[in-house]
Amino acid sequence: MPFEQLLIEGLAMGACYGLFGLAVVIIYKTSEVMNFAAGEMAMFSTFIVFHLLTFYHCPFWVALLAAIVFAALLGILVQYFFLRPAKNPTLLSLIVITLGVEMLLMGFASWKWGAEQQEFSLPISYMVTYEPIKGFIISQWALAVFIIAAVVMVFLYFFFNRTSLGTAMRATQQNKHAAKIMGINTDRVFAFSWAFSSVIGLIAAVLLTAKTILDPQFMMEPFLKAFAAAVLGGLMSIPGVLIGGAIMGLLENFFGYAWPVWKPITAFIVIVLVLCVRPSGLFAKHWVKKV
Amino acid sequence: MDMKRAYYEDIELFKSGTILFWTIVLMVALFTLPLIATNYYLYLFNLIMVHVILAVGLNILVGSTGQISLGHAGFFAIGAYATVLLMTKLSIPFFPALILAAFIAAFFGFILGLPALRLEGPYLTIATLAFGLAIMHIIGHMEVFGGRSGLRAPDLNIGIPQLGWNLTLTTDFSKYYLVLIIAILMVLGAVNILKTKVGRAFVAIRDSDIAAEVIGINLTIYKTLSFAVSAFYAGIAGGLFAFVLGFFDPITFNMFLSIYFLVMIVVGGLGSIMGSITGAAFITYLMYALFKNIKDVPYVGDFLTAISQRWLSITGMDNLSAIALGFVMIGIMIFEPMGIFGVWIRIKKYWKTWPF
Repeated sequence: MPFEQLLIEGLAMGACYGLFGLAVVIIYKTSEVMNFAAGEMAMFSTFIVFHLLTFYHCPFWVALLAAIVFAALLGILVQYFFLRPAKNPTLLSLIVITLGVEMLLMGFASWKWGAEQQEFSLPISYMVTYEPIKGFIISQWALAVFIIAAVVMVFLYFFFNRTSLGTAMRATQQNKHAAKIMGINTDRVFAFSWAFSSVIGLIAAVLLTAKTILDPQFMMEPFLKAFAAAVLGGLMSIPGVLIGGAIMGLLENFFGYAWPVWKPITAFIVIVLVLCVRPSGLFAKHWVKKV
Repeated sequence: MDMKRAYYEDIELFKSGTILFWTIVLMVALFTLPLIATNYYLYLFNLIMVHVILAVGLNILVGSTGQISLGHAGFFAIGAYATVLLMTKLSIPFFPALILAAFIAAFFGFILGLPALRLEGPYLTIATLAFGLAIMHIIGHMEVFGGRSGLRAPDLNIGIPQLGWNLTLTTDFSKYYLVLIIAILMVLGAVNILKTKVGRAFVAIRDSDIAAEVIGINLTIYKTLSFAVSAFYAGIAGGLFAFVLGFFDPITFNMFLSIYFLVMIVVGGLGSIMGSITGAAFITYLMYALFKNIKDVPYVGDFLTAISQRWLSITGMDNLSAIALGFVMIGIMIFEPMGIFGVWIRIKKYWKTWPF
């Protein structure tokens, strides 16, 4: 494979990881919860799309819209029923709760749709390619990923900086109690951030189905990579996660081309090495623990 | 309620006659159990005790030192593979191989402990997670480890074949006693570690690592030591697990196993030995016994089968265990963050101070 091809594919995969990493970062930014269930929430919503397509023969866009609504509701419900009742949770208990949600959703999805792989076809194809500049072949899928990632980024930028809900989210992240005193309903802010994260996760997962198969475990690896990308970016910064995702995607593609056997773990090893040098990611202030 | 008046009271093994009595009862029960239990339950008990060893070790790291690890399946795998390979390839007798394997795991724990010195919270979690995944992939891709097809454990010969002393344990019945004795020794070791200077240093690091450093605890030594001790326990557990299971492949040691391990100590109670034991027993029973045979349970099984046929899929019914585990994890964190041990403490306090 030529260099340009690896570059574009790596960047597209990286944009996917970055997009999915955004789902992790949005929640971490507002409520400092590491959402291990993000992958399975996205998987579950993707299965809703699949279900509507296969059993009710909806048009793709209707199914996607319905799934987006479902994803938003799922995020809110998870936050409302599982995160909100925990009183004074520690980091570990939040991790255990989100891991519990992950087990729950994965178990239920496998119960409902079985563990076997499902047929799922996107309207954007991986096979249709364009060649805007000579030598740079870009597939329709990669193009869609770039466009969607850019749109989501711009949207989030304006959302966090220009709207009152976005400002409230940033305020909640900086100081929950002060935000409460200023009249922000922090619980509702958390619920919104979960809904946002869930929807972005769904979009990323639907894009990823073009590259992988659809079964109840298909989001495991992409999720871990996206999570690692978010950690690489510092877990707090939105541009950081996309850059982290791009680094992950490129590393994976180039190393994967050189040593295919070690493709699944090169990225992780690099993450650990980077963390040894910069303990809180590339684009964050040092993770300060309150004493 | 638990006031201590002398240093000896803090370090003594049995706090009271009652505890001594019940410990003896438990020991007698455990040693006579194989006489009445069927083979299947012996296998389950072996599995439980392997998990007890691991949970006790993990609790030293997570509960007592406050470092989160999602990579303990990696140490577990190192223990299992190292024991079997040392025995088959280098023909080292069982006990030296087991201990050597545990030290190899401890060495890897020490290595993982080094980045852990600088990492905290989410970053440490992802680093340990990456370690577990890396171990699984390395094992799966190297021929010496049997690759994807896995490895078969040799006969469990606990004698020294070189000197002509052979004692081969073949049944679950005989393996039970081996695993039980090792488990008791390991639990005793953990109880005693936590009562020494080292254990107190761990607890101090958990409560506040800055304060611990101020009073003269060397964080570098004790944090890596905590990882190494915990990995040592995981290595021993892994070595025994290899023989309890008889056959294993890299997929056995996937990320979910690490999650189960974490859930065991969280459900049992962080920082408590008894908690780790009950948690390991409870989760192992839930995952490996109860939901494996849920279809045969009267009424409940029929009901679930009917639901599966009507709305869901019958092939996916095995995943009920994952759903149940998810509910247990969430429920315990919401209603009783201290785990089963916390419930026990509450009951004890209620009865000790009863009329009030």
